[in-house]
Amino acid sequence: MAERVFMKGTEAIAEAAVRAGCRFFAGYPITPQNEIPEYMARRMPEVGGTFVQGESEVASVNMLYGAASTGIRAMSSSSSCGISLYSEGVSYCASARIPMVYINVQRGGPGIGAIQPSQQDYNQATKASGNGGFRMIVLAPDSVQECVDMVYEAFDYAERDQNPVLILTDGVMGTMMEPVVLPKMKSDEELAKCREKFLPRAIIGHPLGQQATCRPGSVGGGQEEKNIAAAELYKSWDKDIKVEEFMMDDAEIVFAAYGISARISRAVIRELREQGIKAGMIRPITISPFPYSSFSNLDFNRVKGIIDVEMSIPAQMKWDVEYAVYGRCPIKEVLRSGGQLLTNDQVKNGAMEFIKEVL
Amino acid sequence: MAEEKKVYTRTKGILPDTVSGFCPGCMHSTVHKIIGEAAEELGKLDKLVRVEGVGCCGLGQFYVSCDETIAAHGRAGAVATGIKRSSPDSLVYTYQGDGDLAAIGLAETLSAANRGENFTVIFINNGIYGMTGGQMAPTTLLGMKSTTTPLGRKAEEHGYPLHMSEIINQLTAPYYIERVSCDTPQHVIAARNAIKKAFQYQLEGKGYSIIEIVTSCPTNWGLDTLKSLDFLRENMFKEYPLGVFRDGGEKKQ
Ligand SMILES: Cc1ncc(C[n+]2csc(CCOP(=O)(O)OP(=O)(O)O)c2C)c(N)n1
Ligand code: SF4
Ligand SMILES: [Mg+2]
Repeated sequence: MAERVFMKGTEAIAEAAVRAGCRFFAGYPITPQNEIPEYMARRMPEVGGTFVQGESEVASVNMLYGAASTGIRAMSSSSSCGISLYSEGVSYCASARIPMVYINVQRGGPGIGAIQPSQQDYNQATKASGNGGFRMIVLAPDSVQECVDMVYEAFDYAERDQNPVLILTDGVMGTMMEPVVLPKMKSDEELAKCREKFLPRAIIGHPLGQQATCRPGSVGGGQEEKNIAAAELYKSWDKDIKVEEFMMDDAEIVFAAYGISARISRAVIRELREQGIKAGMIRPITISPFPYSSFSNLDFNRVKGIIDVEMSIPAQMKWDVEYAVYGRCPIKEVLRSGGQLLTNDQVKNGAMEFIKEVL
Repeated sequence: MAEEKKVYTRTKGILPDTVSGFCPGCMHSTVHKIIGEAAEELGKLDKLVRVEGVGCCGLGQFYVSCDETIAAHGRAGAVATGIKRSSPDSLVYTYQGDGDLAAIGLAETLSAANRGENFTVIFINNGIYGMTGGQMAPTTLLGMKSTTTPLGRKAEEHGYPLHMSEIINQLTAPYYIERVSCDTPQHVIAARNAIKKAFQYQLEGKGYSIIEIVTSCPTNWGLDTLKSLDFLRENMFKEYPLGVFRDGGEKKQ
């Protein structure tokens, strides 16, 4: 039964995972996502699942690789500098085509950075979360409700594609409380069916002659074939692109923003509209695959400029926007970084300066 | 004519009609054989899961007839934790070299041991990085030449050989720790019995076992098979004495 509750982002993520059938969680403490492993430590035993506090992020993600290779739904979460340590295990999962889900509740970077929220892991998340040029579906929520919905569907994507899925959120979303509708708890029968499908591949022991292998590489050639098969999968993701086009019908000024920055931009767009400025927003919901066509198909006779809003200095998503816009209109950056939050006023002032120049 | 009786047959734990890729005289192949025999004798080949480290052990991946996954270098302890916790009925063992288990994977090794994870570790201590061509391992003996200690391992510069069985014996959780070898038929039988006992303990849910197998690496030691056995007995056994460190959760040393 769907259920409406008031919940903090991190805990809502954890509960959504439980309801989606996650039965293995490993993680290592790091602010601002500690409530996820803490919640799981309490909740996993209640549903017959396993929680392990790993000795590091390296160990945690490799536990996930092992657990998921048995066909169980497995998840982990961390933040920024912790996520760097996931590279190895995520790359192994992508190579061996092991489905799993992980969450990055971003904080300031690079290095240990800052414990406050930021959006500085965009390039890492969308372009190279590990060695070898693999890709993942990366979902970027802008509300606690979206966190919940995305976690719930992430396991399905992971299993459909036999590939890891990343949810890229941030410390604002993680710590804020909002009313959410929780999805229904998947039944043991439903989960058994998911596991059953994976059975021939599951690393659990098989009768002689039917043994399963989990191969994150190839000793005697054959890796290129795996790369080609993976590339085919990545190409098939056009159908999975999700994007919000907010007040775009007549927009002359287009905000480009994802996650928390999109939320702030939406409020500013409403204010600008009240002043008669035709502003709108393109919000990538899947940041990988990226909704390039939403930008490349803009009517540049009408659109006078794009405002790229990110909590990252230097800007990162702007590369993807620039690639699609291809010099057909100016792009202005409005940025904060290192754990400093964007405010409505800052975004509005940045927008007003730009509007004076281009309108 | 007397009837012929079959007294020995290759274990089903090894794929039929395959040839191992190990160097001549390498004990990795013997160890693969006795693991297969131990699991077969317990009637558990269909539950057997091998978590393979990175090193020459990787050459075994086309050779064993059980479910098998390849862990990132050093992470077998973490991967096996994930598997065993999610599939408790599986008979899970890791197969790791000294570089894998005692250098890059030290944290994963000790943490899994300290949690008393219910799986079996087969640890191949050959005192060298075999796969990558003979670099220093944490277990390389003092004075022993490797490609990265061309003048021999020096305590002042490289520290001392790591004794993993002794270190793990400091922890409370492990249930069974034994160091064996495979240089003589007697030692091979003892090693097989140790592995079988460790598997049996796992099936009974007793927790963590590690069987350290002191082996040779003729290729990277630069010695022929027989001379490498002499070196093993004269030098490796001195640094790494064979014996039971703990059995049934009780310290023996
Ligand atoms: C992360 C990572 N670093 C380095 C390597 C290269 N590498 C492969 S095998 C190996 C050494 C293995 O030595 P050991 O564990 O002693 O096994 P042996 O070959 O001696 O049996 C190294 C360093 C790797 N595969 N992955
Ligand atoms: S290099 Fe050494 S450890 Fe590796 S197969 Fe050859 S002899 Fe064995
Ligand atoms: Mg070695």
